[in-house]
Amino acid sequence: MTSAVPKLAWKGVTKQFGDRKVLDQLDLSVAPGRSLVIIGGSGQGKSVTIKAALGLLRPEAGAIELDGKNIVGLSEGQRRKLFSRVGVLFQGAALFDSLTIWENVAFRLINADGVSRRKARERAIEALEQVRLSADVADRFPSELSGGMQKRVGLARAVVAQPEILFFDEPTTGLDPITAAAINQLISDQVRRLGSTAVSITHDLASAQTIGDEIAMLHDGRIIWRGPASELATTDNPYVRQFVEGRAEGPISHTA
Amino acid sequence: MTAAEAARRVATHPVQALGRSALAAVRLVGAVGVFAVRGIIAALTPVWFVSQLRRQIVAIGFFSLPVVGLTAVFTGAALALNIFTGGGRFNAEQVMPQIVALGITRELGPVLAALMLAGRVSAAIAAEIGAMRATEQIDAMRTLSTDPFRYLVAPRLLAAVLTLPLLTAVADIIGIAGGWLVATRVLEFNPTVYVRNTINFLESWDIVSGLIKAAVFGFIVALMGCYHGYNASGGARGVGRATTHAVVSSAILIFASDYLLTTLFTHMS
Repeated sequence: MTSAVPKLAWKGVTKQFGDRKVLDQLDLSVAPGRSLVIIGGSGQGKSVTIKAALGLLRPEAGAIELDGKNIVGLSEGQRRKLFSRVGVLFQGAALFDSLTIWENVAFRLINADGVSRRKARERAIEALEQVRLSADVADRFPSELSGGMQKRVGLARAVVAQPEILFFDEPTTGLDPITAAAINQLISDQVRRLGSTAVSITHDLASAQTIGDEIAMLHDGRIIWRGPASELATTDNPYVRQFVEGRAEGPISHTA
Repeated sequence: MTAAEAARRVATHPVQALGRSALAAVRLVGAVGVFAVRGIIAALTPVWFVSQLRRQIVAIGFFSLPVVGLTAVFTGAALALNIFTGGGRFNAEQVMPQIVALGITRELGPVLAALMLAGRVSAAIAAEIGAMRATEQIDAMRTLSTDPFRYLVAPRLLAAVLTLPLLTAVADIIGIAGGWLVATRVLEFNPTVYVRNTINFLESWDIVSGLIKAAVFGFIVALMGCYHGYNASGGARGVGRATTHAVVSSAILIFASDYLLTTLFTHMS
């Protein structure tokens, strides 16, 4: 694999909802093994960027390339195969509430990969240990766990099959600062351990700087700044400055 | 658009409003059709999630027995009284057992069991799948390489199609028993003669046609629950809306298809 071919690339991706252009010819890419964090205000198209890459939304124009191959418009079957290389942590963890914790973590192993339940349970418990959850949560149900613990379970479920590429959708939203820091640490540990490529979206700057090698800022459906995580604090890009400093005045007009 | 605005639109642009709802109706039929075909393909081709199917058979079939049984016994009893009264107007009270049996097996058994299922199961399916949609569980399932049509929709469709005929068979028996109870306890029919008349009179087609209806109704109930749940949007309100739509559309489609099937069966025999 050459570094010239990005692991994942959005090329001129446009997505519209009615008259509203959420993504406007978005160009973005992430190199293999790197962790990219997309920051930006609410409603600027962050979620849509990830959902388009996952094929949960279909863009009107443009290409999304995985290892140089366009993945827009794949059939359900091809998409399913592709998903075996992908792990996703959803914003609300999106655990299946009718299944126990270990069945959630092992869902892919049991239902898609044909691993026996006994073996799947062992691997699920290993994955739970990776996110610092003890084996005694395995037989509980998601509703019995706190938000932070649910996020950990979601992370365990995302990494259990050792994906090549990981997506994190607002991983710290709704968590207290200490739990958020713990989740950030776990995410960056897991990404490093697996050597996966990671794409995260967040509006939490502490999170962005912990888990990202690179940061891109999305505004009005386009990338308006991109740079190493360390430069976020020093760049003089007025949009980034306004966002980082959390000012209501600046080039970004707030629509809320 | 608020309800008031919508009402004003209808008043000022009646033709536009008519066109819009006609187009919406066509779109809806198309969407439901595509959904149904995907569901049928998932139900009839591997991979099957057997543990999910088992779970749904218990949830949809077994746990509906009490409501279906209660509905059937009271309906059978009331039907017996009404037919006795009606028959009495031209001295034909003695055919009451036969008419009750025919009414239950061909019509009321399947329709009432299906309506109970529409209330109980269609709503539950729409709420469950709708909540899964709202909390991104369906998206999560797809990213875990599992087709929601196979894991969620197909087991529910299969379970309803398989169990509603069985529930109907139970409803037939309990409904006729309800008629028998009233006839023997209130109206002084001879218990043995009642049963013998019923059995001698009924043809197997009376029962089988009712069971075929039930299978179709089962499909409708599960399909409406799944479709409205799967396409729920807008959080808790959306889930509520999906539940209502599932129940109302199941009930209407049950009655409509009941008429069509009855017409078809009448032409066949």
